[in-house]
Parts: sequence; C-alpha cells; structure tokens
Amino acid sequence: MSELLQFLFSGVTVGAVYALVALGFTIIYNASDVVNFAQGEFVMLGGMATVFAHAAGLPLPLAALAAIIGTAAVGVALNRLAIEPARGAPVVSLIIITIGASIFIRGAAQLVFDKQIHTFPAFSGDDPIRILGATILPQSLWVIAGAVLVFVALWLFFTRTLLGRAVLATSNNRLAAQLVGINTNFVMTLSFALSAGIGALAGVLVTPITLTSYDVGLTLALKGFAAAMLGGMGNPKGALAGGLLLGLLEAMTAGYLSSQYKDAAAFVVILAVLFLMPQGLFGRKSTDRV
Amino acid sequence: MNRLTTTAIATLMALGLAPAAQAEIKIGATLSATGPASFLGDPEAKTLEMLVEEVNAAGGINGEMLELVMYDDGGDPNKARTFATRLVEDDEVVAIIGGTTTGATMSIIPVAEDAEIPFISLAGAVDIIDPVKAWVFKTPHTDRMACQKIFEDMQKRGVTKIGMISGTDGFGASMQAQCKGVVADYGIEIVADETYDPKDADMTPQLTNIKNTAGIQAVLNPGFGQGPSIVTRNYKQLAVGLPLYQSHGVASKGFIDLAGVEAAEGVRLPAAALLVADILPDSDPQKAVVTAYRDGFEKKTGTPVSTFGGHAYDAFMILKGALEKAGAEPAAIRDAIEGTTGYVGTGGIVNMTAEDHLGLDLTAFKMLEIKNGDWTIVE
Repeated sequence: MSELLQFLFSGVTVGAVYALVALGFTIIYNASDVVNFAQGEFVMLGGMATVFAHAAGLPLPLAALAAIIGTAAVGVALNRLAIEPARGAPVVSLIIITIGASIFIRGAAQLVFDKQIHTFPAFSGDDPIRILGATILPQSLWVIAGAVLVFVALWLFFTRTLLGRAVLATSNNRLAAQLVGINTNFVMTLSFALSAGIGALAGVLVTPITLTSYDVGLTLALKGFAAAMLGGMGNPKGALAGGLLLGLLEAMTAGYLSSQYKDAAAFVVILAVLFLMPQGLFGRKSTDRV
Repeated sequence: MNRLTTTAIATLMALGLAPAAQAEIKIGATLSATGPASFLGDPEAKTLEMLVEEVNAAGGINGEMLELVMYDDGGDPNKARTFATRLVEDDEVVAIIGGTTTGATMSIIPVAEDAEIPFISLAGAVDIIDPVKAWVFKTPHTDRMACQKIFEDMQKRGVTKIGMISGTDGFGASMQAQCKGVVADYGIEIVADETYDPKDADMTPQLTNIKNTAGIQAVLNPGFGQGPSIVTRNYKQLAVGLPLYQSHGVASKGFIDLAGVEAAEGVRLPAAALLVADILPDSDPQKAVVTAYRDGFEKKTGTPVSTFGGHAYDAFMILKGALEKAGAEPAAIRDAIEGTTGYVGTGGIVNMTAEDHLGLDLTAFKMLEIKNGDWTIVE
C-alpha cells in the first residue's frame, strides 16, 4: 500500500513538472498555431537566472520575479526579432525558427551563465512530509499548486476575458481578427511574453527538484511537448491532464514493471492514444471549411 | 579590396605562424572543449595550454620549444577521427594527447596505430588499454578499479548483499557492467538492479523497490551529472538508512552542494587524491604534486580544479618525461612512455609495463566519506 502511494507521489511530482512545461506551450500555440520549441529554454532561463540572481545577493522571491520578467522579455524579443520578420511564412517554417532560437538561447546561456549544474534551496525546506508510510517533498506541493494555479488562470483567460478570446481569434484567422479591430501584433507580443513568463515560473518552481543547467531545456521541452500532445495541444485542461498522466505512467512502469522500460512504456501509451484520438484527450476537433 | 585581403592574411600569418616557426617539437591534442562533454574537455584543454606555456617559459625540453596543436572535437567521434588524421598527416605531430570521451578515443586509436604515433587517452573505459595496443596509453583510472575499490570497502564493512541503481548514460551503463563483472570476487551479491534516465527528476520508485528488497545491506549508484544528486536526495527522502556509495563520476564539491549537506552525509565514494589535496597527510607522496597543480590551475583559470584536468596533467607530464629521455622520434617516445616508472601524478603513482599501459593500482583511489558537507578520508 505504501509502495503504491510512493509511486503515486513520484508520478504526481514529475507529472506536475511536465504539466507546467506543457501549459507554457498552449498560449503561443493558441495565438499562432506554432509549437514553440524554445519553450524548454524559457524554463531553463527561469531556473538559471534565479540561481544567478540569488547568488548575486537578491532574496529568493525577488530573484525569481526578476528571472520571470527577464525571461518574458526574451520571449518578446524572440517574437520581434525572429517570428515577426517571418510573418506569412508557413507554420512549419516558424516552428523551425523556434528550434533555431532554442539552440541559440542554449548556446548563449552557456556563455552568459556557465556549464555547471545548479540549484537553489527549496521554498519550504527539504524535510519530507510522511503520509501512510510514503513521503513527498514540500517542493512537490509547490509545483503541483503552481501547475493547478497556472491552469486555472489560463482557463479563465481563454474563456472569460476579451483578451483571451482575441488570442483565439488571431489564431483562427489573423486577417479577420484584424478586421474586427483586434490588434494582432499586440496579441502576438502578449502571447510570447505570457508563454515565456509561464515557462520561467515553471523553471523557478521545479529547479529545487530537477536541478538546472544550460541544457535542461531540451529534455523538459520534449516531455512537456509529449504531455501537451497527449492531452490535446492548445487546451490548458489537456496540458494538465497530459502532464500528470505521463508522470504517473513513468512512475508506475518504473515501480511495477522495470525502470529500463520507463520511457518506452510512456511513449507507447502516447502513440496508442494519438492513434485512436489524433487530437489528444481534450483536443478540439478541427474542421476546415472548404 | 585585394590589398585588404593580403594585409589580413599577412596579419593572420604573423599572429598564427610566427610562434610556429621557432617551435621544434610538435605535440597534438584533440579534446571535447565544447559540447556535452565540455565539463571534461574544457579543464583538459586549459591544463595543456597552461603546461605548454610553463615548459616553454622555462626554456623548453632539452632546449627545444614545444608547440601544441589543439583541436576541439566537441565530443563527436567522427570529428575526433578527422582531427587525429589531420594531426598525423598535416601537422606531423610526434605524439597525441586527447580523446576526452571513450567514444572519441576509440575513433582515434586506429589512426594512431596506423601512423605509429604514440597516443595518450584521457578517457575512462578499460577497453582502451585492454587488450594492450602498442601505441595507446591512458592516464585516468578505470571504472573497474572504482568498482573494485568500492567492493573492497563494502567487504571490510561486512556487506554481502547490495542494490544497484545506475544511470543509463554511457558512464553509468559502462560502470554497471564492470561492477557486475568483478562483484563476485568480493563475495558480494547484487540483489536489486535498477536504472534511471540521466535527465530524470525523481528516482523514488526505483529506490522504493530497492528499499523493499529483503536482506539488502548497501546501495551503489554508478552515474554522473545530476542523476546521482537526485538519487542521494530521494535516498534521504525515503529514509532508506543503509550505506550509500557513489562513483568517482561525482567526485566534486558540486555534488555535495546539489545533493544537500544533510542528504550527502555519510555517502562514500572513491576519488583521486587531487580532490582532497588539503586533507592528504604530509607523508602522502602525491601531496606535493596535486597541491602544486591545483594552485597553478586555479590561479591561472579562476575555476576550481577537477580530476579531468588532472588526467591531462598526468598525460602531459608522462609525455614530457618521455621527450626528455628519448628525444622527438615517435618510436623512441613510445618506448619511453612504456618505460615510465615511479611517476607521481595527480591520478596516482604510474608504473607502466609492456602489459599495462595504464600503470595504476587501487591505491590510486582514496575512499572518501562525506561528513558535515566535506570530504574525509576513510582509512
């Protein structure tokens, strides 16, 4: 019993990390249909910038805030310098631009920061909380709370606010959105700033658990992308569910089957789901009017 | 435009080739100064540059200046092979130091063997020198030696049943295999064998299974990078309460910081003397060497010394010794390297023979235990 609970805790911890990364994908995707492969780099920047700001003497909350704002600025710059000049290019080209941007950011981080692995203290200490013989770290609760909070905020944003609807409208048809008075340039800038900010927040929350270095972005983006695909790209509910499901799958496979097949098992399930439901668990059905 | 180009080329030649004109002994290096293995290759490259500078400032070897031709293979075996060929054919070096990773080393070996140029590798795997190849040597201790050192210590503590949790990266997988190969010699049985991906964020499921295996007395974690730090944290989180052994792959101060002082308490691992230069007793023959190298490196680069840079130090010093003794003919250098005896380096005391192109024994490793966030030597 305590075994199952321990696997569950592990799965939820890792799943919440994936979910936070997956949530970052949703805004840019919703605004432009672009899967931003630099999303993992935003997570890395959030963690690394916090580490270095904290080491330079800023208190942790302030360092985290500075990292999030700084990363949002990087997001805006990415849009201005790389995505906007290529406006009108096919989505695939834009996705490739984001891959290029991710390689660039990783290289720059290697120079600006360093190549070492870093971490900073957990927010509420390292003493595990014991429940029925299983343990969970307080930081895991922070990550879970962060994922849920971001999910609720995004869900409200897309369904209850005019701005959120403007983002969706821009994605649907940029020209039409412009014609009804939506400032699509502002929407794009905003979506990159928000996505980068959410990525950085994820980086701040997960670093005490996963540790960080200039190259963590790639793996996190890959897992977050898998989670987002599993849940349905563009849907915050899907990102949350997909992330948790992926984490639980990995933990259960490692616990009950074999740690050798942990990643393989998770990806087999993802393939199976996408085979049966190509839009993911919660993805919207796309209908093209001819 | 034409004149500009000519001027540029002339300037470049003045900068790049002028020192070459007076150099008389050319040694080559291909290292992974960038890329995924840069944390190994970067200190190696800096060490070689520092040492060549020092030797030339002191008047060279037997009055002849050294020239170091160094390439950055980025950890890519294909590039390493290309650069090794270039070193041999275009640069005409008399010896090669390099092959930061085992993969890069393996692709340099055929080039060095064909050209009959002595090659000193800086990579870990035992396969590099076993079986012995005429022109290939190496300085880092092997995974197998680390396993033996750990099992020796376990045996002393009366441990007979252990669990292993290994990273699936090259280092973890190789050491896992080597440990399994020698474990029986020490009367120890591996009763739980788990793995994790080097980028995983949580290893509690694997450790829960190890903890619940009946009769287990100690746990060994071969791996490097962030994995072992997370394993150590999870180990404390689950309150496993058994001795935990890490590998020489995490033998750096960074490991204690990342795992946390509390979680790292009591963890044991084998490491080279370089790491614990300060706490070595004065009677230790390596003390003077490792202290001098560490101080020189840290003063020059401003970064903490690592065992990897130490491997490059040993390779260079062995080569320097051979050049002093035998001159600059590749075949004579090879014989002199093979004849190295009693060289006290950062990795241990080297006694090479025709059958042993590494020349280290288990005393090269010190068994360390982490106490209060610092290393102590286990006697």
